[in-house]
Amino acid sequence: MTTTMTKPAVAGVRREPPGRISPQRTMRHGLTLAWRNVAQLRHSPEKLLDTTLMPIVFLLLFLYVFGGAVAGSTHSYLQQLLPGLVAQMAMFATMGLGTALNEDIHRGVFDRFRSLPIARSAPLIGSVLGDTVRFIIVMVVLVGFGSILGFRFHTDPLSVLGAFALAYVFYLAVCWVSVLVGLVAPSPETVQGLAFLWVMPLTFGSSILMPNTSTMPGWLEAWAKVNPVSHLAEAVRALTVGGPVGNHVWYTLAWAAGIVLVTFPLAMRMYSRRA
Amino acid sequence: MSYVIQAEGLQKRFGDTKALDGVDIAARRGTVLGVLGPNGAGKTTAVRVLATLLKPDAGRAEVCGYDVRKDAVRVRAMIGLTGQYASVDEELTGSENLRMIARLLDFGRAEARSRAVELLERFRLTDAGGRAVKTYSGGMRRRLDLAASLINRPEVIFLDEPTTGLDPRARNEVWETVREVVADGATVLLTTQYLEEADALADRIAVFDHGRVIAEGTSDDLKAQIGRQTLAVRAADAARAGQLAAIVGELAGERPEVQEPTGLVTVPVSDAAMLSALVRRLDDAGIEAAELALRMPSLDEVFLTLTGHLAEETRSENLVAEGSLA
Repeated sequence: MTTTMTKPAVAGVRREPPGRISPQRTMRHGLTLAWRNVAQLRHSPEKLLDTTLMPIVFLLLFLYVFGGAVAGSTHSYLQQLLPGLVAQMAMFATMGLGTALNEDIHRGVFDRFRSLPIARSAPLIGSVLGDTVRFIIVMVVLVGFGSILGFRFHTDPLSVLGAFALAYVFYLAVCWVSVLVGLVAPSPETVQGLAFLWVMPLTFGSSILMPNTSTMPGWLEAWAKVNPVSHLAEAVRALTVGGPVGNHVWYTLAWAAGIVLVTFPLAMRMYSRRA
Repeated sequence: MSYVIQAEGLQKRFGDTKALDGVDIAARRGTVLGVLGPNGAGKTTAVRVLATLLKPDAGRAEVCGYDVRKDAVRVRAMIGLTGQYASVDEELTGSENLRMIARLLDFGRAEARSRAVELLERFRLTDAGGRAVKTYSGGMRRRLDLAASLINRPEVIFLDEPTTGLDPRARNEVWETVREVVADGATVLLTTQYLEEADALADRIAVFDHGRVIAEGTSDDLKAQIGRQTLAVRAADAARAGQLAAIVGELAGERPEVQEPTGLVTVPVSDAAMLSALVRRLDDAGIEAAELALRMPSLDEVFLTLTGHLAEETRSENLVAEGSLA
């Protein structure tokens, strides 16, 4: 057993380690940790079951419950609903992140990361980037199943790409809210409970299910108008099925930036305090 | 002589609990410092402060000459940490865990792979390397955790209760590994609740109780500090045990115990010089000694004397507190 051990460097011979970690190294460490998430999913693909089924269930449910009443026919409603569901799924796909993070903390996995000479932000960045897999699967299933039901893009490929890029940027921003909740909550179960509290009003108090918000009571309409999820839904609608894009893209981006500016520093602080 | 771990006056408070109440410890290069104490004594908190996971409220600590507060990143480059609860990713395979940590330590892809293969072999995990860690036994998991903390060939290795919950065979394997890494020049700080473990591995022992170091020294120092060695003598002719006991009692100034039916006479002594006096008296009386020994007290006795309570009695009640707070 001793033969394979190499002698550790003697003091003074070992080069002095750098006292700071460059942004490039942090990004590389973040990608290594994102790979960890992907490897986990490869070993237990059943974890993706909910992610895969979620878009199908919501699409079927909303389409056939509201379709006739809202737009006269399910076919014409599908064109409005699917872009709305892109926004909804971008929100829902962030929910698992906080739970997973909280579990990592409880299992002591984060302690090992924190004892390594990597930036404190690397594990968090890794978790967020690693969860991108979830976003991609949700969107592919949503669009794939939607096309089977008769959904068609009516704009150019670049606009469609822009729509999903915007949804992804917004998703990344909201991930930090999920991270923050995951860091603050005492247990993984609490994370899930809390997730519903902040995800539901934000998601459904919006124009994702119907573009016309004028039938809502005043207070709700006011909320739906400023709600970033509405802006994202409207932007995605315009970019995928046509119509005026207006300022929705800019509002969405501004909201995304605002969310990150607030939640990232808070998350980093909670992460250090959780020590 | 250089100290690779040096801490002075460390204090850490969690709410009303003083987890560390002015801790001074030091370890020389290439030695094992055993931190011994019951659960809740502050051992884990001390390790977490030294491993830069926790900032002390007061006091100073250096690892390899770097301040744990101001130079935390450099400290992290020099240390390996194995926590009380195995901190590998259960969802990944053993090999993936090692490769991931190697990559985080800036090993190249190929380097990381070969280091993982090397360590898996060394810890007899080669066959299990491709399996998810959640299928491992407790001993295998602990070995993988140890392997993970050795990837960087760290100068200082912190082992927080590395054998808690392991069966004797797995424990012996961990002990063997500790001896190997020390033989290779690393310095180890090991926390344990097992007196036997500290006695077997540690060059020096710091006894923790209620967030303070209540005694420090080699295992022999600690035993001598108590000053209560035991004289044990047995006459070849068991019938003369009574006469023997009388002589021993007279010399020790204390009434000896006589074990039946062996006729072994024992008495606590503080002065080893009485041994030669006893030999002369036995000669004079014509008693032949079949057994004559001066016994050091066990660490269990040391702990009991130092703290007024047994080392392992508080185990369960503080487990949750220390685990979650620290």
